[in-house]
This record gives sequence, C-alpha cells and structure tokens, in this order.
Amino acid sequence: MKINQQTTEDTLTLSLDGELDASSSVLLDTELTKPEVLDYKKVLVDCQRLNYISSAGLGVFISHLQRFQDANVKLIFFNMQEKVHNVFEILGLDALMTIVPSEAEATAL
Amino acid sequence: MKDAIRISCNRHNLKVVRDFVSAYLAAYRLSDLQLNQIILAVDEVVANLIIHANHEDESQFLDLRMGMDNQVFEIEIEDDSKSSYQPSLYKEPDLQEHIRIGKKGGVGMTLVNRIMDRVEFTTTGTHNVCRLYKRIV
Repeated sequence: MKINQQTTEDTLTLSLDGELDASSSVLLDTELTKPEVLDYKKVLVDCQRLNYISSAGLGVFISHLQRFQDANVKLIFFNMQEKVHNVFEILGLDALMTIVPSEAEATAL
Repeated sequence: MKDAIRISCNRHNLKVVRDFVSAYLAAYRLSDLQLNQIILAVDEVVANLIIHANHEDESQFLDLRMGMDNQVFEIEIEDDSKSSYQPSLYKEPDLQEHIRIGKKGGVGMTLVNRIMDRVEFTTTGTHNVCRLYKRIV
C-alpha cells in the first residue's frame, strides 16, 4: 500500500494505491492520526488504485470519522472501484460515509 | 491447481492467502464482485486467527484446504490455538455506535457471515477448524 498526498489550502487528498488489509492499514491509521489532518476542511480519499479493502481498512475510517466530524472536517471518498464499494455496501457503510463518483464531485461538496 | 497451503501466523501472509484463493478460483470465471467477496471472507477469518487466536506467533501455523463440490466453493482453515472462536457469542455490530466511540474492529465476522452461505467452527481439544461454503454463480 502506498499513500500519496496532495494539499491545497483547505484540502488534503490521499491517493491510496494497493491493498488495504490488516497489515497495511496500520500505515493509513498513522496518516489519519496526525493532528495536522484536522487543519483541513476536507480530506478527500482517491480510491482509483485501491484494489482491495478488508474490515481492518474500513475500521481505520470508522474509527476516525467522529473525530473528523467533531473538527468539522469532511471525509469524502471518490473514484471507488465497484468491488471496493461493494464491501462498504455489505456493511451499510455507504449510507454512513460520503462516497461520490468523481474528484470533481468530491471537490464541489 | 494446488488446493492446500500452510502459512505461519504473520499478518504479512494475508496477501499470500488472498493470492492463493484468487489463483484457485481463476478457473471458475467468477464475477469480480463474487471473487472479491470470497477472498475477503477468507482473509477476515485468517486475519482473526493470525492476530487474535495466535497473537502473531510465527511458530504457529494455519492449514488451508480448498475444494469445489457441485458448484459450491469450500475452504477449511485449521489451527491449534488454545482460544477458539465462539460463534454463539456473535452480535451484529451497531455501526453508528462504532463511529461514535471510534471503534476499529468488530466487523470482520459480519462480512464473513453476510458473504458466505454457511460458516462453521468446530473444536476438538485444541484443534480448531473453520469451514466456509459459498455457491458460485
């Protein structure tokens, strides 16, 4: 798993590349735990190259969502592959998290 | 096609198991969604056994064996940990509560139960076997 970061004044974009499982999710958790993440208004997660997610990866997002909401930081996923979106759907997480088709839509929110 | 594998209890072997299941199922031309779901269910059980049951002790091993019987995929996952999973203690998670308290774990078996057609855990002494079944389409 590689995590590439891009920033603008109010947006942090994390591009996930690879497979997010019980081994690699530790890296993502470390990134999202950094206090400076809460300095942005939005954290966009580009999932175009995210080929796999397990409960450990989902758990990282679940565990940070309230902290983001309390700090008025929006967490938005975009470019998600169908098989990865399906895993969110199986748990009903697609109704609790913001997932949009494209970067343009993520930026507009 | 090789249909059995032994791995040590190191979480880096999760990728080895996913690739092993994927290679076995390649001959059956499943949809991307079903293939990913079966791989995910196996990954979740194996991760639980490596991390929770065997505490990532690399001197401990899991044995996996797969088969296909009348369009039903079957996999057996065996280990010898002293702590065995108790399906009777399973509770459906309240995801809104998980979000509220920032809980990281506790949804893996939910995925397994919702994906697979049948999930069985048996224990004889300290020998534990998990069997997963899924009709392929």
